[in-house]
Amino acid sequence: MGALSAIRGSRVLQVLLGLLTGICFGFLLQKGGLTDYGTIEGQLLLVDFTVLKVMLSAVIVGMIVFHLLKHLGYVNSHAAEGSLGSNVIGGLIFGAGFGLLGYCPGTVAGAVGTGALDALVGGMVGMLIGAGAFAEIYPEVRATILTRGKFPVVTVPEFLHTGVWTTILILEVCMIGFLLVLGYSGL
Amino acid sequence: MVLLFEILTLARWSPYVVGAGIGILTCLAFLLSDRPLGCSTAFVKARGLIGKAINPEKTGRMEYYREIIPQVDWALMIIPGIVIGAFLSSVLSGTFQVSWVPPLWASAFGSNVVVRVVVALLGGILLGFGARWAGGCTSGHGISGSIQLSLGSMITAACFFAGGIGIAFLLFHGTGMW
Repeated sequence: MGALSAIRGSRVLQVLLGLLTGICFGFLLQKGGLTDYGTIEGQLLLVDFTVLKVMLSAVIVGMIVFHLLKHLGYVNSHAAEGSLGSNVIGGLIFGAGFGLLGYCPGTVAGAVGTGALDALVGGMVGMLIGAGAFAEIYPEVRATILTRGKFPVVTVPEFLHTGVWTTILILEVCMIGFLLVLGYSGL
Repeated sequence: MVLLFEILTLARWSPYVVGAGIGILTCLAFLLSDRPLGCSTAFVKARGLIGKAINPEKTGRMEYYREIIPQVDWALMIIPGIVIGAFLSSVLSGTFQVSWVPPLWASAFGSNVVVRVVVALLGGILLGFGARWAGGCTSGHGISGSIQLSLGSMITAACFFAGGIGIAFLLFHGTGMW
């Protein structure tokens, strides 16, 4: 644990880790085809299910590893309180942008790395403008819309009144089942 | 070594392998950096840094930049990292290509660069604005949040796709793409 807090506390190491994590992430996104506009828009048009396959596989593996590490005391949960005003409205605005641009905030950077200039001049510049616009209105929405309709609980096990590992088992079965159905139906 | 090189130069890996890799990478971020793997915070920090260069007084006063501090750190470096990683991978794959209009877009709406860039810019603005409104993106909510069993994150991810599917269908409606 001493070594872990030393790594977490080192500013220089964290800058390097951020860069290194990004490099691995970008590499994986490109190998998965997620830096292609066609793959992402194809998912939103429901003709190519690569995005869902990648995301669900990440959650299937990550959920178990994260909770094992948490059980051993190596990681902390950062799950935050959500609300209709923040998560649903923000999610739908994001979705509209997702559909128009055909990339998300991580894959837009990946697309730039593969040479896509629409992702650079349109996507990344647009994201800077959008993030800046949100910073401008933040004081107005922080205590109003963003906190409207707070969810009563933070996590799924609290919502379902089930134990953490039971919830994980249920979700894993559903996600793996969904991937199997996708695979068998040839999508 | 030869096998490793062959794997690295494959144009595509199985989506399940890529996903498992991203799941492990996300857990490493929790372990080594005590944070979720997210991408949209970087755009706030970069925008704040630009603001500090142009108008330091105003940027310094803004509440959002006091919560998400514009500085060079993990959350900012993820984006240049992704650009580099995807560049390396696409060069190894032999698919690196400078382009303005993606093929799927061109087949539906033609290859006019200005039209594509204007729509991409509008999409980018909504994406950046919506990501900050929702407090995260496809990786921060969709993957990192779901891994932590966050109810809000799973609802957010569902809304990303609901909105995205709705707009994609409206956009491509009548183009004969589906």
